[in-house]
Amino acid sequence: MSLHEVPVDELLAQPMADGSRPAKPHVEKLWKWLESQPPELLEQAKQDADLLFRRAGITFNVYGDEAGAERLIPFDLIPRVLAAEEWNQLERGLHQRVAALNAFLEDIYNQGGQIIKAGLIPPELIYANSQYRPEVSGIKLPHQVWAHISGIDIVRAGQGEFYVLEDNLRVPSGVSYMIEDRKVMMRLFPDLFARHAVAPVEHYPDLLLEKLRSVAPAGVEDPTVVILTPGVFNSAYFEHAYLAQQMGVELVEGSDLFVSDQRVYAKTTRGPRRIDVIYRRIDDDFLDPLVFRADSALGVPGLVSAFREGRVTICNAIGTGIADDKAVYPYVPEMIRFYLSEEPILSNVPTHLCRRPDDLRYVLDHLPELVVKETHGAGGYGMLIGPTSSKAQIEEFRARLLANPANYIAQPTLALSTCPTMVEEGIAPRHVDLRPFVLSGREIAMVPGGLTRVALKKNSLVVNSSQGGGTKDTWVLHHA
Amino acid sequence: MLSRLADHLFWMSRYIERAENTTRMLDVQHQASMLPGGQAMANNAWRAVLELSELEERYRASHDEIASDRVIGFMSADASNPSSILSCLTAARENARAVRVVLAPDLWEAVNSTFLEAKTMLRHPSWVRDPSRFFEWVKLRSHLCRGVMIGTMLKDEAYFFSRIGTFLERADNTARILDVKYLAHGSGDFQDKDRADFYFWASVLRSVSAFEIYRKVYRDVITPLKIAELLIQRADMPRSLLACLNELMINLRAVASEEASSASLRVAGRLQAEVQYLSIDAKFAPEIHAFLTRFLSETHFLGAKISEEFLVPIAA
Repeated sequence: MSLHEVPVDELLAQPMADGSRPAKPHVEKLWKWLESQPPELLEQAKQDADLLFRRAGITFNVYGDEAGAERLIPFDLIPRVLAAEEWNQLERGLHQRVAALNAFLEDIYNQGGQIIKAGLIPPELIYANSQYRPEVSGIKLPHQVWAHISGIDIVRAGQGEFYVLEDNLRVPSGVSYMIEDRKVMMRLFPDLFARHAVAPVEHYPDLLLEKLRSVAPAGVEDPTVVILTPGVFNSAYFEHAYLAQQMGVELVEGSDLFVSDQRVYAKTTRGPRRIDVIYRRIDDDFLDPLVFRADSALGVPGLVSAFREGRVTICNAIGTGIADDKAVYPYVPEMIRFYLSEEPILSNVPTHLCRRPDDLRYVLDHLPELVVKETHGAGGYGMLIGPTSSKAQIEEFRARLLANPANYIAQPTLALSTCPTMVEEGIAPRHVDLRPFVLSGREIAMVPGGLTRVALKKNSLVVNSSQGGGTKDTWVLHHA
Repeated sequence: MLSRLADHLFWMSRYIERAENTTRMLDVQHQASMLPGGQAMANNAWRAVLELSELEERYRASHDEIASDRVIGFMSADASNPSSILSCLTAARENARAVRVVLAPDLWEAVNSTFLEAKTMLRHPSWVRDPSRFFEWVKLRSHLCRGVMIGTMLKDEAYFFSRIGTFLERADNTARILDVKYLAHGSGDFQDKDRADFYFWASVLRSVSAFEIYRKVYRDVITPLKIAELLIQRADMPRSLLACLNELMINLRAVASEEASSASLRVAGRLQAEVQYLSIDAKFAPEIHAFLTRFLSETHFLGAKISEEFLVPIAA
């Protein structure tokens, strides 16, 4: 893996001697179609897509901007395509990984931490971690599932091998874009879908509802499911509303709920209504002012106590943040071996834990080559990308790192795979990642593909929408 | 349904209706100001427009004189005026946004695009030259939103509370429009037979799309008392007080779990009976202003009762 090589592309083979890049076999038909499209037609389609997204209100809020200032996440017309065989391997790996992560959560909260007692994970990494929530230890959850919705970020590097970049087990977002990107593509290019066997993704809300109902407290026949949102000013509000509408469940805010006699109720026009399953899109810290942050008005007083009594299921459960902590991430392969007695199918990115003196020394010596991240960071903030940073930026980061080494991990800068993307100068390769959404209830299930994010700036490796990233429709393609 | 959602739907409809009513009033006044007449009369009329919405004080805080283009700007495009058309459309859209879950997608699109397009139109200075075009457009969009609501929404509580919002707002507005004469001239004499008043009363009728209806119903010259009867008591006149109350009763019955114990229904029913059995004659004419004042305070009370019983209680 070197930055000087041309990174592997999702659709195109390595460049020929004359610089041209033929399409890979599984996308030949798509590429031919694309090349036959007049540029003005694609330009028109791009405008139509923007209009469709805007009219449907598929926008995200920008914090601190004036009311009504909503932005579209840029959508790229060229789909990212995985061959069915590639997806099958990825799916098995995701299934395995999420099963192990849930087994780990059940272990540390409910089984006394067998993996720690076996000496595979240092105890202080877990029990001294702010993401570990002693408030929920000893709680019996339906089907022992803690992380019901997991967004596992996948990148490809080298010859196209899959790597897990990070696990998101708190409130991963983006699935609405996965679904709407597909709907818009089908609306713009029906002929493409007629000619390609693209695996459907639109049944995601159905699958999600099924999983949420399957984890209702024991004895509840026809559970009432709600989505709990921080409210209309949250940047992902559109997605909360969208999923509620697609599943036909109520979208509630903290002030709509109250707890009485260890049970959760919603305030309705016809009086209180009992709630059984809460798909919450609020972080742990804000869920219950009696247990967590007392100044939070977003949550529901008494919710944690109802949860502890098993009277309501919270999805994802409280305390899952410990399993997606970046300092715990390097131990996931060990979890797979320990709980499942299997070899990991998906690789981790080699990771240096700066809390270890040897690792720290290596990281300090190699800062210009590495990517350094905060262990609790998210959204592409608080990180250093060595190769694209100035000397001054690196030195500034070095000081922060030295001040609190345990707060950082470091990874080699991967030559992330690219995908042809429509940019101002025409079609050019841009780096992409993939976030599949893995659902756990009685069983684990997922829809084929996931959300492809693309870094629209040339050479940028950061795909987060808050940092100028866009999205693409993701195809899992069966041979027609 | 969740009380909070019902509340947003109720206010969404109220704000759409309010935007439309404000538009109607401005449009009629704008048309009337083109008729020959003293500057003083026109100014009085514009002052009455401000007073109708209880906004004169707020207007005076930022404007030194009452002039037609400035009042139109203040009532249409001024985001700092919470009752301007733009503010109403913004509030309608914000309420809709908070309940997208229960909104038919077509309705969300109608409300959202109305807001977005209004913002674009008002940003363009050319609208001031021909405000009637903007007014016409707002009216059409309001019809569109209501049409989409009736044509696409499931007839469940979401729908009923939206309708309750519409008719409560409309009743309030019709009462205010009828009272405009009192506000403009300090007298609410419905016996007035002055010829100059023809244009005034005709504009009142036009502002509620009732000019042709009046001719059809009465086949007679325009007299203030008949106008009062038409706008207060005719059940077949869609914007009359009685028509609004009838609709309010239908929709309140649909959401009340028990008719006998619903405080909102009792208040609405009492008001409906009073309006229905009024004698609108020469004897009543001098009392119309007092009646309308009381009616406005009763509808305000009804709104508070509805919020208390079903929705999110209005903070004191």
